Amino acid sequence: MNAPINDMRFDLQVIASWIKPGSIVLDLGCGEGDLLSFLQENRQVTGTGIEKSEAKVAQCIERGLSVLQGDINEEVSDYREDTFDYVILSQTLQQVYAPSVLIQSLLRVGKKVIVSFPNFGHWTIRLQLLFHGDAPITKELPFQWYNTPNIRVLTLKDFRNFAQENRFTILKEVAINTHHHESKGNIINFLPNLRATYGIILLGKGE
Amino acid sequence: MSEYASHDKNGVSVGVVEKKFFTFAEPPNEMVLESGARLGPITIAYETLGELNADKSNAILILHALSGDSHVAGYYNEGDEKPGWWDIMVGPGKGIDTNKYFVICSNILGSCMGTTGPSSIYPKTCKPYGFDFPMVTIGDMVAAQKELIDHLGINKILSVIGGSIGGMQVLEWFVKYPEMIASAIPLASSARHSALAIAFNEVARQSIMADPNWNNGDYYSGSKPDLGLAVARMIGHITYLSDEAMRQKFGRRLQDKKDFSFNFDADFQVESYLRYQGTKFVDRFDANSFLFITKAADYFDLGSSKGSRLAIESRENVDTKFLVVSFTSDWLYPTYQSKGLVKAMKKNSFDVSFCEIEADWGHDAFLLPNNRLSSLIKGFLDRIYYERAN
Repeated sequence: MNAPINDMRFDLQVIASWIKPGSIVLDLGCGEGDLLSFLQENRQVTGTGIEKSEAKVAQCIERGLSVLQGDINEEVSDYREDTFDYVILSQTLQQVYAPSVLIQSLLRVGKKVIVSFPNFGHWTIRLQLLFHGDAPITKELPFQWYNTPNIRVLTLKDFRNFAQENRFTILKEVAINTHHHESKGNIINFLPNLRATYGIILLGKGE
Repeated sequence: MSEYASHDKNGVSVGVVEKKFFTFAEPPNEMVLESGARLGPITIAYETLGELNADKSNAILILHALSGDSHVAGYYNEGDEKPGWWDIMVGPGKGIDTNKYFVICSNILGSCMGTTGPSSIYPKTCKPYGFDFPMVTIGDMVAAQKELIDHLGINKILSVIGGSIGGMQVLEWFVKYPEMIASAIPLASSARHSALAIAFNEVARQSIMADPNWNNGDYYSGSKPDLGLAVARMIGHITYLSDEAMRQKFGRRLQDKKDFSFNFDADFQVESYLRYQGTKFVDRFDANSFLFITKAADYFDLGSSKGSRLAIESRENVDTKFLVVSFTSDWLYPTYQSKGLVKAMKKNSFDVSFCEIEADWGHDAFLLPNNRLSSLIKGFLDRIYYERAN
């Protein structure tokens, strides 16, 4: 059951470092439950996951996690206000139909919301489009235009504007660059919108 | 349900088990039922598998459905043709591991497999109760099971597990005695029967009651309403399967013939199957029990005028964790009903996991070999066991 932090995807490592021990956490699109499992073992977190795929849900439950099979938009609405200390939406935002409605609903059930997404403003993406003229394909967004689940592409800058327009309060923001194995990476402070592969944002309520 | 029970392919079995009996509610201390009627004495038939550990913390209670019994797994005798009804799930190293857990399964109140029901002797008349048997509810069944658990000296059950009407009992256990159960696994279950489910039950009941041998429930000294009960069982079997399951299992294939008989023999395999299941059922099941148990299931409702009976915020020492499972092709207890349960649990901030298993076999899927179901239950129980040990 033990999951050492440095085996996890790097963005999840950063997210894990933001979670206060003993918190109550909801992980949306929790996959095979790596983050939840880590948080439970190392941060004494009470966690719940929501995941669409039957096989992944089963894997989570088999490893001892509380996970619900379902669609994140529908599942979130059942919870009472402020049920969770943190709601995590990692690398799923780009697949969501109504992002502002969803984030509003996450800010209702959670005191804080952590969002991570691939940064479409990364320089390799910009160069692909500029020099090749075809829709960019990267390690973070590895699909052709016709088979991608990622119905939206956004940059760090886009998200900041989006947060402002929707009055979501950004409490913290980190831009990261991951290496080949995804479990290694570093934090980007200089020109993040150009150099970061992922953005991770902590949202809170009110001012 | 036991038509699925077969010898374990790998020969793994809990071995020989024994049916035991526990009697309580001796007059004048009869059990007061939900209807207000009094019933006693009550005998419960039960079986236990595995060993109860020293601190009595490894007990699992399995709750059977309409036609089940206490014989959940293993054999009464070495030469038995079939093991218990859930032998694929319960045994050494199986989903519910008898090397690790102490498994209890008892026959439900109102049934006819050793527990007091309409075919038992009514002390007042020294004849079978028949329709003098009081209407029992799912809540009464659970209250009787609680007497057995108290008798076994168990304060906290690690998990209560059951499918279909067994799942209703699981939910009722939580409503009545939440502090006594560390976890609960309702499979292919529901907070209440839909009109569709009640309708099928009513047709089945009418079939029994229309049989002249039924005689207002008083048939124990003469011919039994076998035809009515057989048809009732046939209706049940249709609802336990699915369109897909029946297509795969029978299609339009004919039974032992190349062409239609042009009379009303069982031409189609599906006809032959239903007739066989119906006929087989009357040998082992009591028609009045069928009436009482289906009615109890139709009455069951987790909702009330004040909202879901699951809401128990005010009670302390409750930390029950849930695993809810449904099956894609189950149209008797469809997934939306399990999801309704999950929704109510989430609203009450319960710890709940939910999985909808892709399966072609309709409502009966929970009784068939299914690696996913076994590993889900195993993983979930491991966690509950581990959490309670630490």
